[in-house]
Amino acid sequence: MRYAMAMDTRKCVGCGDCVVACQTENDVPIGYCRDWIVEAVQGTYPDTVQMHFKSERCNHCDNTPCVRTCPTGASHVIEGGIVKVTPNECIGCGACIVSCPYNARFVHPEGYIDKCTFCDHRVALGQDTACVAVCPTDALIFGDLDDAKSPVSIALKNNEWYVLAPEAGTKPQLYFLK
Amino acid sequence: MKTTRREFIKISGMTAAGAAIAGTVLGQVQKATTAGNESAEDEHEWTRTPTYCEICFWKCAGWVYKNKEGQIKKIIGNVNDHHARGKLCPRGTGGIGSYYDEDRLKKPLIRKVNEEGKQEFVEVEWDEAIDFIAKKMKGIKKKYGPEHMALFIHGAPGKHFEHLFAAFGNENHAEPAYAQCAGPREAGFFATYGVGVGSPEPADMQNSKCIIFIGNHIGENMHNSFVQEVSLAIDNGAKIIVADPRLSTIAAKATHWLPIKPATDMALLLAWMHVLIYDNLYDKEYIDRYAFGFDQLKDHVKNFTPEWASGITTLDPELIRKSAYEMAAAAPAAVIHPGRHTTWYGDDTQRLRAIAIINALLGAWGRRGGMYIGVRKKVPKFPTIKYPHPHWSWKDITKDKYKNAAVGITNVLLDASLPDYPKEHQIKGWFIAGTSFINSIPDRKKIFKAMENQELIVVVDTMPMEMTGYADVVLPETTYLERYDYARDGKNRVAQVAFRMPATEPLYDSKPAWWIARKLGMKLGLNNYFPWRDMEEVLDWQFKQIGSSLEEMKQIGVKTVDSGEDIYLREGEDFEFNTNTGKIELYSTDFAEKGYNPLPTYTKHEEAPPGYYYFVYGRAPMHTFGRTQNNPNLNDLMDTNTVWINPKTAKLWGIENGTEIWLQNQDGIISEFSTKARVTERIRPDSVYLVHGFGHNRNLLKKAFGKGINDVPLITNIKVDPIMGGTGMRNNFVTFLLEKPILKEEVES
Repeated sequence: MRYAMAMDTRKCVGCGDCVVACQTENDVPIGYCRDWIVEAVQGTYPDTVQMHFKSERCNHCDNTPCVRTCPTGASHVIEGGIVKVTPNECIGCGACIVSCPYNARFVHPEGYIDKCTFCDHRVALGQDTACVAVCPTDALIFGDLDDAKSPVSIALKNNEWYVLAPEAGTKPQLYFLK
Repeated sequence: MKTTRREFIKISGMTAAGAAIAGTVLGQVQKATTAGNESAEDEHEWTRTPTYCEICFWKCAGWVYKNKEGQIKKIIGNVNDHHARGKLCPRGTGGIGSYYDEDRLKKPLIRKVNEEGKQEFVEVEWDEAIDFIAKKMKGIKKKYGPEHMALFIHGAPGKHFEHLFAAFGNENHAEPAYAQCAGPREAGFFATYGVGVGSPEPADMQNSKCIIFIGNHIGENMHNSFVQEVSLAIDNGAKIIVADPRLSTIAAKATHWLPIKPATDMALLLAWMHVLIYDNLYDKEYIDRYAFGFDQLKDHVKNFTPEWASGITTLDPELIRKSAYEMAAAAPAAVIHPGRHTTWYGDDTQRLRAIAIINALLGAWGRRGGMYIGVRKKVPKFPTIKYPHPHWSWKDITKDKYKNAAVGITNVLLDASLPDYPKEHQIKGWFIAGTSFINSIPDRKKIFKAMENQELIVVVDTMPMEMTGYADVVLPETTYLERYDYARDGKNRVAQVAFRMPATEPLYDSKPAWWIARKLGMKLGLNNYFPWRDMEEVLDWQFKQIGSSLEEMKQIGVKTVDSGEDIYLREGEDFEFNTNTGKIELYSTDFAEKGYNPLPTYTKHEEAPPGYYYFVYGRAPMHTFGRTQNNPNLNDLMDTNTVWINPKTAKLWGIENGTEIWLQNQDGIISEFSTKARVTERIRPDSVYLVHGFGHNRNLLKKAFGKGINDVPLITNIKVDPIMGGTGMRNNFVTFLLEKPILKEEVES
């Protein structure tokens, strides 16, 4: 089992629903977020200007600098490749924050490091993550890469895609469809 | 008292009690947010109740989830609902914040003068507030007649007060949703097809092969099922054509972006008609069968070539031609979306006529992938005795001037509220529910003058919006999560009825609109119009008339009622349109009779003076109007607006990304607050763009206060549509101030 997420930049309208849905689903305090929107603009007015949105979050990498740098073992990988933090084992040192090339981690006001969990509590029940379930344009796609019939496997098979910071060698599992 | 009675009350007497209650709720919120992840087991114990959203007008049905302690945890879209399709937009998901917002109105307030002679709001009990209003309304009725009041409304609460006012003998109801928003498209489509557009607009986008948007920035206006349909259309490989001075979100996804010069859309539309007709691309069979006035139209658009339009719109003529061919190739599965906020330049009904006409040339109306014919199951009204017949109404002061105004016109009632308006039709009291009047309607000077002439201003709202600062009485309404309302039963592809019920007990001393209307009705002696105990009784009766019940609706939330009606024209079907000729009127006989131009023409609008820029405003997907900026969840997503400026223009001014700027319009009006410049290639160098709804100046809105620039006070050049009375608001221009201007004290009283 290998969970992954694809994000269709052709369909995302940057509405931020994924951000609010995550906050309400996971009780993320207001002022913090586990996922966020990036607006990418290229070119110049009027002929070449282009824009697309990306919904970003923890990339649940195969090669996890955050887990390696964690001095207490609070950062760990669970079944399906989901990277998690155990709050009461975390001392809030922030080593993982520095090691993450995606800036996906933050200090929770209660002192521990927090981040996207791929909504493992929902996934365990066979549900999509909160952000995927709410996305009005179906721009977010979740599933198991080991299952060729999962939506994410199909999306990656049928589309061109890229990942963020491939040079970091983290083998990220958040794919952006072009 | 008279001259200063409309002093804007920024800080009110609602301190002690309010703060204490706020503390309790804040405690609840903190508890809720620090509880950590709810485990799956916990969630099994959650309960859910149905609602339809009130954060915007799309009214998506959803489920409100509560935990064991009764706290609202999340709101999820109802999968059976055609508006939601199982998903809510960010505002609907963040609707939870409207309930938890600690700045909510908490107690009824009455404006009183304190010992130091200063006006302040004093918290009172509901009985006192209702007594006060009833006494004033009776006074106005006795002195002038019940007709001499105006009711300004928006959204679900409005219906309860419409009933109250009709019972009182008053039909002067108006919504900014018409004369400041969708009115022109209703009038334009009605003149063409004999039926308006309605909401949701019946553009069959999920089946379209080509969708055209004229300044309609879908995705930024987050109309839920529409955005979902566009997404499906993208999957289907549909072509998208967008005319907008800005590379909007949808323009960035378009096959063709036409970066049109503001205020020249009509020239583009006429050129498209020219190409469709003179290159024989239009649907001849459809036009022969259903349309009237083709020859007149053909003759009319003879000279409106793409080359002619190019000189006006600054668009490449080949792009105009190519896009016309593109839509014709997809027809009849092609549609120009009618848009929604269409009060732009004052000739808006005519522009929407042009859009309606092109849809006819494409054979789109009544066709799959074009525009479907919406169906509905109307929930009957709870029976009461007949309303009294008023001696006059909005029609008597509107119809001679704006002949095709279909409902009350806010700005006409505003004019009638001025002290120099003929006494026989002068408005002396305002009742406002669900709309922050001064941020919905342009021309503040006039509003302030009109307010001075009112003997009573009542404002019903959930939040201390700016308008509440000018009220005599402020009534705290519950949020949609705490109340019953009438069911949603508008048109769609399938007839559906959606239901809203309280998910929880109201916070603070807030009351639902139906309760307020009934209580006031009883106090006014209108008992016969409220022959029911509560909304449960009303709704149960209503639902039983459509084969359901309150009990069933509590379980299902949305009832689908098969009307058996077709939503597309059948092949070769004879269809009689509700127009004078029974046909789609390309040439409007109604307009000809009334002295309006029967065919749309291009009018040159004002151009930006040197050093000024076209002032374009619009929406962001996480906010609705000026209503949601203080919602903690939505404020967290976007807490201010920015002024979009093209890099070339910015360079001229020495403005960089993030430079603090103020805006000043062509009449010397300066924005009250500053905001940051956003230097971006996504806009024309001759235009600036601002998201509407920010720049709140009421400090009771703690999160929204002073954040961003409010576009409304900068809209002072207003061109009224002669056909339906809407206020064209895009004839304004702004320039930049890079240093803090010296602002005049509070605007004249």
